[in-house]
Amino acid sequence: MDYLSLASILSAAFAVSFGAIGPALAEGRSVAAAMDAIARQPEAANTISRTLFVGLAMIETTAIYCLVIALLLLFANPLLS
Amino acid sequence: MNSPLESVTAFHVGPIPVTTAVIITWALMAALALTAFLLTRRLTITPTARQTVIELLVEAIDSQIHDIAGSSPAPYRGFVGTLFVFILAANWSSLLPGVEPPTANLETDAALALLVFLSVIWFGVRRAGLAGYLKSFATPNPFMIPLNLMESVTRTFSMFVRLFGNVMSGVFVIGIVASLAGLLVPIPLMALDMVTGLIQAYIFAVLAMVFIAATDSGSAASPPGATSPRPSSKG
Repeated sequence: MDYLSLASILSAAFAVSFGAIGPALAEGRSVAAAMDAIARQPEAANTISRTLFVGLAMIETTAIYCLVIALLLLFANPLLS
Repeated sequence: MNSPLESVTAFHVGPIPVTTAVIITWALMAALALTAFLLTRRLTITPTARQTVIELLVEAIDSQIHDIAGSSPAPYRGFVGTLFVFILAANWSSLLPGVEPPTANLETDAALALLVFLSVIWFGVRRAGLAGYLKSFATPNPFMIPLNLMESVTRTFSMFVRLFGNVMSGVFVIGIVASLAGLLVPIPLMALDMVTGLIQAYIFAVLAMVFIAATDSGSAASPPGATSPRPSSKG
């Protein structure tokens, strides 16, 4: 097997696995903070949850970027063909 | 297994290839337009059950837009509401057997994000004039112009990559599980996919509204502290 395809597969797996760590920690922190805020101020739950969702989407984008990089490595690798 | 980055061509109209996603998109648009026409044909002052359900949806969208924009939702209702309803219908169209949601293709999401990008400019220019809109790039000071220009491109990019990544990964995971395990095993994943589809449609519409409102309020001279805290528009 060509070492380039081997390296591509390995780095795709690493991209997804390490790329998921940061967003997971960040989303956990933000959800915990939002829960705290809602518990303190239940009447602001609407605003808080909307901001939370938008923020989670922003955080999640970094993991999605890693996924897209992994897919590019696996399916659209310019070095392999 | 097909690459999720490529789209399947169904047939050719002359030299133009027509992909399956385009067919599904047109079918969805026809279905949505027909449903909207049939549902709003006979509106009355005292609403029927059918009309109440539509009013509930429209008022939910209206209140979200009002909370974000801080002004009347009327100018934005059509665009943002259509975005939400279309993306929701597109994400949930994967429930029909044999249908791959068009939002799992890069092109559809890129087109939607391009619409948002253009509508940010359109609403910004309409609200503050061309000079006022261009001046909004120089806030808080002219040194931010390159960053603001870059932000308006990168946030559009991140918008469509986010929608594509979420929907496509759902389809992909279901495909893998269905090919490995039996017929009924992917059902919990499909339920999860429905939740993801709803949240992504909501987030896409909310982000579009946040971007439009951020440009608007950046150019309008509103007193600081008068607006409610809104999420940062960094992508």
